[in-house]
Amino acid sequence: MSADKAIVDTATVEKIARLARIRLAEERKEPIAQDLNRILSWIEELNEVDTDGVEPLASVTGHSLPLRKDEITDGDVQGKVLANAPEEASGFFVVPKVVE
Amino acid sequence: MSNLLDLTALQARQGLEKGDFTSVELTNAYLAAAQETKGLNNYVAMTEARALEMAAASDAKYAAGNAGALEGLPIGVKDLFATNGVPTTACSAILKNFVPQYESTVTSNLWADGGVMLGKLNCDEFAMGSANETSVFGPAVNPYSAVGGADLAAGGSSGGSASSVAARSSIMATGTDTGGSIRQPAAFCGIVGMKPTYGRCSRWGVVAFASSLDQAGPFTRDVDDSALMFKSMASADPKDSTSAHQPLPDIDGAMAAGVKGMKIGIPSEYQMDGMDETIIKLWQDGQAWLKDAGAELVEISLPHTKYALPVYYIIAPAEASSNLARYDGVRYGNRIEEGGSLDDMYEITRAAGFGDEVQRRILIGTYALSAGYYDAYYLKAQKVRRLIRNDFDEAFKQVDAILTPATPSAAFPLGVKQADPVTMYLNDVFTVPANLAGIPGMSVPAGVNGDGLPLGLQILSGAFAEDKMYAVAKQIEQSAGFSEVPSRMAGGAS
Repeated sequence: MSADKAIVDTATVEKIARLARIRLAEERKEPIAQDLNRILSWIEELNEVDTDGVEPLASVTGHSLPLRKDEITDGDVQGKVLANAPEEASGFFVVPKVVE
Repeated sequence: MSNLLDLTALQARQGLEKGDFTSVELTNAYLAAAQETKGLNNYVAMTEARALEMAAASDAKYAAGNAGALEGLPIGVKDLFATNGVPTTACSAILKNFVPQYESTVTSNLWADGGVMLGKLNCDEFAMGSANETSVFGPAVNPYSAVGGADLAAGGSSGGSASSVAARSSIMATGTDTGGSIRQPAAFCGIVGMKPTYGRCSRWGVVAFASSLDQAGPFTRDVDDSALMFKSMASADPKDSTSAHQPLPDIDGAMAAGVKGMKIGIPSEYQMDGMDETIIKLWQDGQAWLKDAGAELVEISLPHTKYALPVYYIIAPAEASSNLARYDGVRYGNRIEEGGSLDDMYEITRAAGFGDEVQRRILIGTYALSAGYYDAYYLKAQKVRRLIRNDFDEAFKQVDAILTPATPSAAFPLGVKQADPVTMYLNDVFTVPANLAGIPGMSVPAGVNGDGLPLGLQILSGAFAEDKMYAVAKQIEQSAGFSEVPSRMAGGAS
């Protein structure tokens, strides 16, 4: 498995910024592309390492995720849940209109 | 009564127990110290009223004879821990007005043991940085200054915590360590910083950066205080599914028993080109101290060490891009609306709320996780992560602990713009492997460089074997006899 020799251009930056929901000013796209290319070319070092047959390590805990009983242990704190809402109405979070 | 600020936490605990002074007196001394050292910018918020209320309650506990392990000790809290009713910002504009309605497990443990909250401490934005320079409040400053007086970095991300403990504006402080964010600033500021085994301290209520790496730990003035604070912070927590349920080892017993007969690994791969001469010398001194105390030195190999940083700079941003998706301007945090759609609101809110480094890491992480690149970057990094962990597993079959330098250099000046982000990332070269492997690591001040700036040695041990790490740390502390104090310290260095 060899990584695609990724060259990040401003079109790619636009695409990932869109995925990340971060709006970038036009003049920041090129410097960010350069930063990402520098970081990615450094990361290419990993391709030297033979990882055939190596199991990916996602968690170091060594234990499986514990299960708890499916019962209510908390709740009835609507005021607390909404306390930091930028905008709320009648006990709901308010967002810009999504359906015409 | 000697200067209260000179006392370590254990000494202060004894003084409180004996009635030499009250927690209110001690707390007032620290509140005044925080004022005196305000120029270091290590606190982002003080909680004086709460501190004095908690201190008075502690004094009552002493009077009633039921004082806790940290009763009446004034503690600083990194602004990454949710504190009920006290703003918690992660030093980011996007959370500037966020007031948690709950308390993190770690701080709950501290308060249950009698700790007194002084305030919230500066850090890099969302803990992303190695110099505390990405904080929306500006950098915390190292209480040690460069020759000529220039301001030095306190390190990062927990720069405020390290600066505060070193400058004596808190007797101890919490930190978090994702790639070295406790150990590096501790080394830069000449104090003790410890990252426990992954899972020892609950992540519940700690603002998440990279969840498979994040771990809270203590900043203290010496090794005994570190053990004291760690025992209070650690707990098995049903609210954190990755919380460990292993009992703590006998740390005090191990420190008393010493290092005689222990095997200490010296990894050849940590000999880096271009490393400060004084750091190489200090590392050799550390080896000699342990040998003199009866430990056996064993040369070991951790062959995948050089890949730890590239692995980290895929995994940490990938996890960050996912964790930080929650800051959408809907449920909490700042929102910016300029008409437009819901997506417009998200994009504008996040562009304005996150600083440049946070945006950069979110974008890198988004890229590494995106269709077509997931296998080449993220999966590849996770596979190499396993090899790094395997290196340590092999090493700990031969040795009880590992000794390395904590950082490749002493504290560097603030405000030196890094043209290349990779250069800044190299700071974490000695500390990142422990996070990837989930093992504990500790930085102990052990000497100074030619400019009189503190340098730390790092001790690593196997997972859940913090006792062995503390035994070695205690010996290093005793042999080094580190007694430097910074020039910008409360209570007046003369």
